[in-house]
Amino acid sequence: MREVAVIGIGCTEFGERWETSFRNLFVEAGVKAIEDAGLTGDKIDEMFVGNMSAGRFIDQEHVGALIADYAGLATNHIPSTRVEAACASGGLSFRQAVTTVASGMQDIVVAAGVEKMTDAGSSLSTDALAGAADREWEGFIGATFPGLYAMIANDYIHKYGLTREQLAQVAVKNHYNGARNPIAQFRKEITLDTVMNSTMVADPLRLFDCSPITDGAAAVILCPLERAHEFTDTPIKVLASTQASDTISIQDRRDISTLDATIAAGNRAFKQARVERKDIDLVEVHDCFTIAEICAIEDLGFCKKGEAGRLTAEGYTALNGTLPVNTSGGLKACGHPVGATGIKQVCEITEQLRGDAGKRQIDGAKIGMTHNVGGTGATVVCNILEVC
Amino acid sequence: MSVARFWRKQPQRYNLIGTKCEKCGRLFFPPRTLCPDCRRDGNIVEHKFIGDGTVVTYTVIRTASDQFKRLTPYVLAIIELDEGPRLTAPVVCTPEEIKIGMKVKKVFRKIAQDGESGPIYYGTKFVPVK
Amino acid sequence: MVGIITYGACIPRYRIKVEEIAAIWGDNADDISKGLGVHEKSVPDMDEDTITISVEAARAALARRSVDTDTLGAIYVGSESHPYAVKPSACTVGEAIGATPVMTAADYEFACKAGTAAVQTCMALVKSEMITTGMAIGADVAQGAPGDALEYTAAAGGAAFVIGNKDTIADINYTCSFTTDTPDFWRREGQAYPRHGGRFTGDPGYFKHVKGAAEMMLKHQGTEPSDYDYAVFHQPNAKFPSRVAHMLGFTKEQIKPGLVVPRLGNTYSGASLVGLAATLDIAKPGDRIFVTSFGSGAGSDAFDITVTDTIESDLFNRSAAPTVEELLADPIYLNYAQYAKHKGKIVMQS
Repeated sequence: MREVAVIGIGCTEFGERWETSFRNLFVEAGVKAIEDAGLTGDKIDEMFVGNMSAGRFIDQEHVGALIADYAGLATNHIPSTRVEAACASGGLSFRQAVTTVASGMQDIVVAAGVEKMTDAGSSLSTDALAGAADREWEGFIGATFPGLYAMIANDYIHKYGLTREQLAQVAVKNHYNGARNPIAQFRKEITLDTVMNSTMVADPLRLFDCSPITDGAAAVILCPLERAHEFTDTPIKVLASTQASDTISIQDRRDISTLDATIAAGNRAFKQARVERKDIDLVEVHDCFTIAEICAIEDLGFCKKGEAGRLTAEGYTALNGTLPVNTSGGLKACGHPVGATGIKQVCEITEQLRGDAGKRQIDGAKIGMTHNVGGTGATVVCNILEVC
Repeated sequence: MSVARFWRKQPQRYNLIGTKCEKCGRLFFPPRTLCPDCRRDGNIVEHKFIGDGTVVTYTVIRTASDQFKRLTPYVLAIIELDEGPRLTAPVVCTPEEIKIGMKVKKVFRKIAQDGESGPIYYGTKFVPVK
Repeated sequence: MVGIITYGACIPRYRIKVEEIAAIWGDNADDISKGLGVHEKSVPDMDEDTITISVEAARAALARRSVDTDTLGAIYVGSESHPYAVKPSACTVGEAIGATPVMTAADYEFACKAGTAAVQTCMALVKSEMITTGMAIGADVAQGAPGDALEYTAAAGGAAFVIGNKDTIADINYTCSFTTDTPDFWRREGQAYPRHGGRFTGDPGYFKHVKGAAEMMLKHQGTEPSDYDYAVFHQPNAKFPSRVAHMLGFTKEQIKPGLVVPRLGNTYSGASLVGLAATLDIAKPGDRIFVTSFGSGAGSDAFDITVTDTIESDLFNRSAAPTVEELLADPIYLNYAQYAKHKGKIVMQS
């Protein structure tokens, strides 16, 4: 197996992109990535694109082909594959691309993610997102996606205790970081009061505990590490890319407020990368809801179960903390175009490791990690990246 | 939901008919046709659950999809049936009444309907045991 | 002897008081409640309807006594608020109690007496040995037009009776009916609310038919009202059953346990059967019960019932399901806006 490097990244602005269509979002991100890599398009061997539900949001299937076509690469007849694992579609896309390069099958591979959500209207969006959970036994009887995470939150609170302020601090921190991220959907800082007084969506989660509906795309370009110098002075090495599954519904989980798939993918990643938790300088985790970030920090093994709330409130995970979490602003402030998030996370870590993260730069960052979750935890992808 | 898809699971939704793997004794609701432990070596048969259980966790849904908008705020819980398996179901009680550890029993109610001219979907909700 | 094997009732927990309704329409609440003898009525929850009430009543009946659902050969549900105009409530009840597929079923409509008509059909099927046991249900989530007198009493509830001839808890000694074509109260297909003939619903409607059936029964049985321990008459309000009881020679005490309308309202197809259930809840072996229902359109079904020893035997466990009194306790009160939302009286975006 060869070592793999990230040689180019590109993210569109995330937000309500009324004037931009699905295919043009992808082209925007793809062009940025190609320019960043100093490549020409004809060098691309293969593409993977993560997309949760173009079928429901814009009645479009066959996304792999559509993307290859509008990237101008259909005439080169490159293989182009759409992968899906709900909100972990981007993570899947990255891991598939890594595997393709590592195995020697291809050299230059694009891993992209794209989601166009705002054309659907909020009611259809809500219903489409509920497809990430168990439609038959959770969605059909009235469970909403925030409702499922709210049940995880209540189980967590019952077992470990967690104050409203600790939970809200996750959102406050992520908005602080998002304010320093030029592509983020929300670029204003917020206060604890804003979070704690926002409309209740599903007890105990309020509006500001929930990530938004977002349009956006992101792309990264991979090549074998041994060739990276042909394209960039700042190649970023992929130390690990791992994936795990778990039961689709939370009623069948071993422990409702522990994502066993996070534990499995995380452990596999640390083993594959041959690094330890203390070696990680920063991590992008899947904060679809504030409670998800709390569980992620613990389930990835950065602290014991029940501690992440206190640590967050104490600033441990802040931009200037011991382990910065979600310097991009996370899903909460950067936005969550579902299929793109997993790739955006890689883009953020890459920028940080290159020293290009501007106002949100973590000085001396050498090793970063990403954590991308599908549904309520039925799929998890973890990646560990290192500066070369 | 198409009529066939709903009809297929009527015994489950109306009467909590799940399954049991006779080889290892594990009970399943919702039903599984493949035991995760025994897989092809298992022997799956039907099993009817009584409908008594305990609330494991819950939430109060205040923002819902169009289908359920008129019912908000409503209580949703994960209930552990006395026989072991857990299911997700609405609980007929006020947001103030729901508690982790509360004992509940099944009740037959309307779950949803397909507009004014489509089918009505009936199923099982739970009520607190007084 | 054909009779009742077991029974159960279901009454939604929500209520609305006469004062609440009167305040909206500018009526005098005192006059209304005194005039009708009703001070509150039951209201279905947002997720309750005639089918859910029928299922819960049926399950209550089956909780009290073990009935072989494989040989439960018929289910009839009488209502004027079946959720489907075409697709029987009886089929869903059958599925929900595990009686399908070997059974016959149909839904009945005969205004407030559809439930007792169902009882008669089950009796005939049992007596002719076409079935071993059958279930008759009367249930409604009746609608009264906003601002109309009936809005004060149109309520929600129902009762289920399993009919058979082995080890009955109460024998049905005889049944007879008095039926004519009388337009006292009706609802055209597709209309949301019923209409009625005002005072015409009294003498030519209720009283003519209840008296007609009741007098036929007493004559056939050779009995006097004093031969009965209890009497149950259809109860659209508290005045009509009290008056007809008096006219026939029954006393206030005889009708008391079955007269639930003051606290429940008129559950239409459920009314007489819920009244009978309330009476059976307190009846003792040997008690004789006189029942006469009434349904607009119009007709009355009369029944002469004798409670047996089995009601206190090991075969029947009355406390396994809530009594009508228990179902009436612990209500949740609604204001008019909540009531309108529950009853689907608000025009929604379709």
